[in-house]
Amino acid sequence: MASTAIPANQAPKLNYLNNGHSLKSWLLTTDHKRIALLYLISVTVFFFLGGFFAMLIRLELLTPQGDLMQADTYNKVFTMHGMIMVFFFLIPVVPAILGNFLVPLMIGAKDLAFPRINLLSWYLYIIAGTLFLHCMLTGGVDTGWTFYTPYSTAGSNTNVVEAGLAVFIAGFSSIFTGLNFIVTVHRMRAPGLTWDRLPLFIWANYATSLIMVLGTPVIAITIVLVAVERLFHLGIFDPRLGGDPLLFQHLFWFYSHPAVYIMILPSMGVVSELIACFARKRIFGYKFVALSSIAIAVFGFLVWAHHMFVAGISLYAAMVFSFLSFSVGVPSAVKVFNWTATLYKGSISYATPMLYAFGFIGLFTIGGLTGLMLATIGIDVHVTDTYFVVAHFHYVMVGGVLMGYLGGLHFWWPKISGRMYPEGWAKLSALLVFVGFNLTFFPQFILGYVGMPRRYWQYPPEFQVLNVLSTAGASVLAVGYLLPMIYLLWSLRYGPIAGANPWGAAGLEWQTTSPPPTFNFDETPVVTWEAYNYDEIPPKEVEAPVAR
Amino acid sequence: MASQVDALYIYLLLVSGVMTALIFVAITVLAIKYRRVPGRDAQPIEGSTLLEIAWSIIPLFVMMTFFIWGAVIYFKERTPPADSTEVYVVAKQWMWKIEHMEGQREINELHVPTGQNIKLIMTSQDVIHSFFVPAFRIKQDVLPGRYTTAWFKATKPGRYHLFCAEYCGTQHSGMGGDIVVMEPQDYAQWMAGGPSAPLQDTGKQLFTSLGCATCHRFDVQGRGPNLTGVYSKPVLLEDGRMVIADENYVRESILNPTAKIVNGFKPVMPTFQGIVSDEQLNALVAYVKSLSQPPTGTAGLQNQPAASPAQPQNMQVQ
Amino acid sequence: MEHEAHNPALLHHFADAQQQKNAASLGMWLFLVTEIMFFGGMFCAYLVYRLAHFNAFAAGSQQLSIWMGATNTAVLIVSSVTVVLAVKAAEAGRRKVLVGYLVVTVLLGMTFLTVKGFEYREKFEKHHVPGATFKFTNTFDDNGKQIPVNPKEAELFFSLYFVMTGMHALHMIIGCGLFSVLAVFAWKGHYSPGYFTPIENAGLYWHLVDIIWIYLFPLLYLISRHS
Repeated sequence: MASTAIPANQAPKLNYLNNGHSLKSWLLTTDHKRIALLYLISVTVFFFLGGFFAMLIRLELLTPQGDLMQADTYNKVFTMHGMIMVFFFLIPVVPAILGNFLVPLMIGAKDLAFPRINLLSWYLYIIAGTLFLHCMLTGGVDTGWTFYTPYSTAGSNTNVVEAGLAVFIAGFSSIFTGLNFIVTVHRMRAPGLTWDRLPLFIWANYATSLIMVLGTPVIAITIVLVAVERLFHLGIFDPRLGGDPLLFQHLFWFYSHPAVYIMILPSMGVVSELIACFARKRIFGYKFVALSSIAIAVFGFLVWAHHMFVAGISLYAAMVFSFLSFSVGVPSAVKVFNWTATLYKGSISYATPMLYAFGFIGLFTIGGLTGLMLATIGIDVHVTDTYFVVAHFHYVMVGGVLMGYLGGLHFWWPKISGRMYPEGWAKLSALLVFVGFNLTFFPQFILGYVGMPRRYWQYPPEFQVLNVLSTAGASVLAVGYLLPMIYLLWSLRYGPIAGANPWGAAGLEWQTTSPPPTFNFDETPVVTWEAYNYDEIPPKEVEAPVAR
Repeated sequence: MASQVDALYIYLLLVSGVMTALIFVAITVLAIKYRRVPGRDAQPIEGSTLLEIAWSIIPLFVMMTFFIWGAVIYFKERTPPADSTEVYVVAKQWMWKIEHMEGQREINELHVPTGQNIKLIMTSQDVIHSFFVPAFRIKQDVLPGRYTTAWFKATKPGRYHLFCAEYCGTQHSGMGGDIVVMEPQDYAQWMAGGPSAPLQDTGKQLFTSLGCATCHRFDVQGRGPNLTGVYSKPVLLEDGRMVIADENYVRESILNPTAKIVNGFKPVMPTFQGIVSDEQLNALVAYVKSLSQPPTGTAGLQNQPAASPAQPQNMQVQ
Repeated sequence: MEHEAHNPALLHHFADAQQQKNAASLGMWLFLVTEIMFFGGMFCAYLVYRLAHFNAFAAGSQQLSIWMGATNTAVLIVSSVTVVLAVKAAEAGRRKVLVGYLVVTVLLGMTFLTVKGFEYREKFEKHHVPGATFKFTNTFDDNGKQIPVNPKEAELFFSLYFVMTGMHALHMIIGCGLFSVLAVFAWKGHYSPGYFTPIENAGLYWHLVDIIWIYLFPLLYLISRHS
């Protein structure tokens, strides 16, 4: 392994962060690491915007009556919360931030295959986001993020087409990122880095990219058809004009189901990296974990109509989709078991990233099991379109994706910024997130089973206690999310300088400086070892804070 | 039915709880037992194909029990019994309009007697809604342009929430109501209390006033098929297809006659799209159904089984 | 950093020209897959509605101008040939021939779009444009038997016709723009036998747009056409 010639406790003189200070050098960069930071800023902004809307929802739901805002306003608030979180946060968060930063580093490349298309991806995201902001500021949209017809084409009088266009453009950002990753992994691996030596984060992002490339165009065309129907009164989905509203649902969910695997797979990749590093051993069953990512991507395309069990599809179609939906559960379970087995005879550290990894496993297990409950059609009839589903997807999206992301952000923060974050505050935040999250969303499982439907501005009084618990949890959760914002920013200036490899982790990204130079490696590495060769790497404690 | 759904749910909860507990305990124990101590290194362990197969196959088998049990219940949920009393439901933004076969109309409330299978035949006037009664564990989306059905049997008198469960605009959360379940004698009293004409009689009147009887004659062969006994039987179309004359077929024949031409007839029927309302359509469909033997969906009171003894505490809907 | 002599088109993050070419090629194929998925949604809608409303679709199809459609099909097939010849010219280093074929391809593309324009105008004149002005009183001529159809279903056919051919035409316009730019670059000498990847990849794009038309033509124009 190459060791850096730079002393461990000094930041390198010239790295990607200080290689050019002008605004132009950032806004016209083609360096994948800078683009990752551009995404970090913009995605974080949208996260807090979506979170703000979530706060409004929880505040309204403190009381059974609709007394904080009008019904129409509430409908817009939950729609925009959903659209922002799905399209502007969950889909890009791990691939566009951590993926963009790490994929070339992890495979020993100088950059992604198409750096200019990478920059284009970011600009498309920004254009889409700006368009969506404009849509919100000029009246918003109230169709729900799922914009079912005929309400979205004929019933709603809000900015449906504009919102659709924003999502369409964001979709292209996603497609280009996925395309870039696939070509990069196929064509630009360092010499000696065979597929079976790739880090699991790469396998995960590769599988994700397959879904991005194959699935996103379908929602793009669906949006086009909805827009065309709405603008020109063509009858494609409206029965009054000869169309079929169920066709919309099929086309919509054909993308939107695989989309949730776009969200979770990269986070699962992060968790693999974290468990390997903080247990100091290769992930148990590496090959199975790698292939399970591909399996999830493939099976994920076969199950879309499990969102439509009560929509009016035939009884037999429902049974087929129920059966197939269980098939996706197997590779996910395989991952959870392998991660757990990795802990056996490991040497386990409780650093913050590991705490997030533990949190992920626990919460994803609950979220995934409730997903199996939803796949069980006899149960789904009762709980679909209720808060049970809301709780399920928040468990996997927030308890899963977001915790994986936060774990990864903390793990690679020293590599990205050259600084360590304050471990005490980080552990506290992780705890607040875990407790706040469960308090927010566990009551919602109960709410759903006793019958509270989703997207409800007002509700019968007997549901109030659980709603109040949920809102209380949300306030704790909010603090848990705000703290990292503060201390991560603080660490940029006051955090101790991190060396090239403060965790003693395996992986090519740790064999270059923190932060890395613009072209990543002084010399292209030649890989002769398996992934996660922790038996060859001596353990290392997190470096004690060093005087600046 | 509700107790069956709950039983499956409890099974799922137990299995999930055990699974979750296993993972939580395993992680906690392993994380503590193998925490980092100086002097002990991690042991590199590749994996175990046997374990991988085991923990793929066993969960798959467990999941198959979920699937089969769920499918069995779902099949029952989607198959209304043949002797069900029919009730027509028209959803619109933002209310539920109910029509009993006897002609009784209700808004946002559905009165039913205990112990009677009720089959709901539902359509929407505008956007997609969903008929959700948590206490009965039933839910079915209600679509514009076609009928969807759901069924239940209430066993305990009381008022039970009715919610709309598919987002439909401004007053989606206000589009609620109650299912009012009454003892059979109370229900009979309620039913007698309002002015009404049975739904199929209304349909019969419309059949004449709209001119249907001109072509669909019962005495001689007219320009349209004789509708006696047509409902729920197979129909041969002129392009060779065979379809079953169900509610959706009758509805479509009125609104879009050229979609399916009966074999041997000319496509001369005009469309009634925009001429008949959803309620009138329901009445016509009920009338056509009444032309088939044995009477289906007529006022169910005379066919009711003897009232069952007092039910246990928790609501049971079969 | 030392610079070995290399093609100025080689980008610095690639190890060598072959890696760059392979990457660009794979990238374009992946992009074409996304285009197939994109059009796939429309083909799916077409399939569903044609199965449900065959008579109306046939009646609508019979109202399209089969001659204009066939001419356009021939024009596109020829244009794909000129694309192949352009790639061959690039490979052989024959700059003027390359530019010539690129320009001819663009002209053929514009011919296609012009014919399409005439077709759309004809639709407008016959009141077959979906929306407020739509009127459809034609029947489905099933071997002499005239079967009346529901105008709403025919309108659905024309909605799909306009969306599918319109989206295709948009891709043609982009293709013409792309090839015009390439023609300019080729004239300026950007391409050589050692580097003509953009010509190849743009050619792949053009071929896909052609193939999509080859599916659209029979599906839209040739439903139940008997001699």
